[in-house]
This record gives sequence, C-alpha cells and structure tokens, in this order.
Amino acid sequence: MSDTVSIVIVSHSQDIAKGAADMVRQMVGDEVKVAFCGGNPDGGLGTNVPRILDAIEAVWSSKGVAILVDLGGAEINSEMAVEMLPPERRECVVVCNAPIVEGAVMAATEAAGGSSLEKVRAVAEELSAS
Amino acid sequence: MSDSLDFEANSVKGSVKLVHVVGMHARPAVKLTKLAKRFKSQITLRVTGAADWIDAKSVAKVMAMRAARDSIIEVEAIGVDAKAAVAALVALIAEDFPDVAR
Repeated sequence: MSDTVSIVIVSHSQDIAKGAADMVRQMVGDEVKVAFCGGNPDGGLGTNVPRILDAIEAVWSSKGVAILVDLGGAEINSEMAVEMLPPERRECVVVCNAPIVEGAVMAATEAAGGSSLEKVRAVAEELSAS
Repeated sequence: MSDSLDFEANSVKGSVKLVHVVGMHARPAVKLTKLAKRFKSQITLRVTGAADWIDAKSVAKVMAMRAARDSIIEVEAIGVDAKAAVAALVALIAEDFPDVAR
C-alpha cells in the first residue's frame, strides 16, 4: 500500500487533541499517521506555532498533511505554521474547514483508502456543507 | 463506448440484515467505507425501501444513513470486481463488523 495523507489535530486543549487522535486510531486504524498538539507551553489552553510545526514534521507524508482545528486561534496559528514550512512543502498541507473530531475521523477514513489530499479535504469539509 | 454497456451488465446486488446492536453508527460506517474503497467497482447502499442509493465509499453518507438494527441493507455494485465487492460487504454486515487483520 502506498503512502497515505497524514492527519494533524490542533486544539486549544491537549486533552481534546489527544482524544480526537485516539478516536482516529481506534476507529480507522494505524495505517494513517496522526499527530496532535494542544495547549500552550505553560500548560494552559492555547495553540502554539512551533508545536504545530513539530506535529506536521512528525507525520510528514509525500501525499500531504490535512490539519483539523478547533476554534479561531487554532486555525490562525495552523495557517501561520504552514506559511513557515519550506515552500515546496506548503502546498502539500491544508487546514480543513471541518468539525475537529468528525472531520479527523472522516479525513482519516478517506486517507486510508489512498486518496489524494484534495479528496481527503473535500470529505472532511462535506460535513460543513450539509 | 461499448465498454460502458459491459459494465452495466456487471451490476451485482445483494441484501443483508443489519444485526449490529445499535445500527449503523460511526465505527461500523468507517469499517464498511474502508472495505468498499478496496474495490474498483462503484458501490451503492440503501436501507430497503429508501428512495436514494448512497455511495458506500463516502463515510459521511454511510454514517448519515442512520440504519437501525434489523433493517435490511441492499448493496449494489457495478464494475469489474462487483461480485467480490458485494460478497465482502454483505459478509462484513452479516458478521457484525468483526475486527479484521489487514
């Protein structure tokens, strides 16, 4: 089986990020790489650009990385992290406009079948459209 | 274009009772979708009597079926591996979505 799109989960809460990642691993399996990050360096709620970058690097795939976020800052910081990637990697990472838990499970299910990043994103975002 | 006619001829149907205790919830939907994606055929599902057939490879649509326990699920596949696809999906549902080693 060829490489699959990887998933990064970015929440303000480490617990939520970890819980969403656990759901992906248990429901979809481990053929899709999943990283998560949440909370600020002081242990409080928040998101942090270097941690998001680390998470993207940890699961890097040539097929791309789909990021699922929760509220405002998670999205802004994720977009900032994407901008800080080397130019050739930037276009292989997308921030999905989808609910974090459902989006992560559905994106991972799609990714497990070997789908492209565009298809994975479209499936995650199907939830917001309806 | 005569190929498309051959594909039409390869349509295979099956039906199976959903025995899962809480119906088609998230985990079974993920398993079903993942299995469906292994086949090249176009695969659709519906609860018997439902107006619309839905794409078995779309996890969002399979979850949204909200098929209840004891409902009959119809499976239809069109394509080169249609027969195997229907057999595999019917078996998955009939055997109550066992955890399988990949």
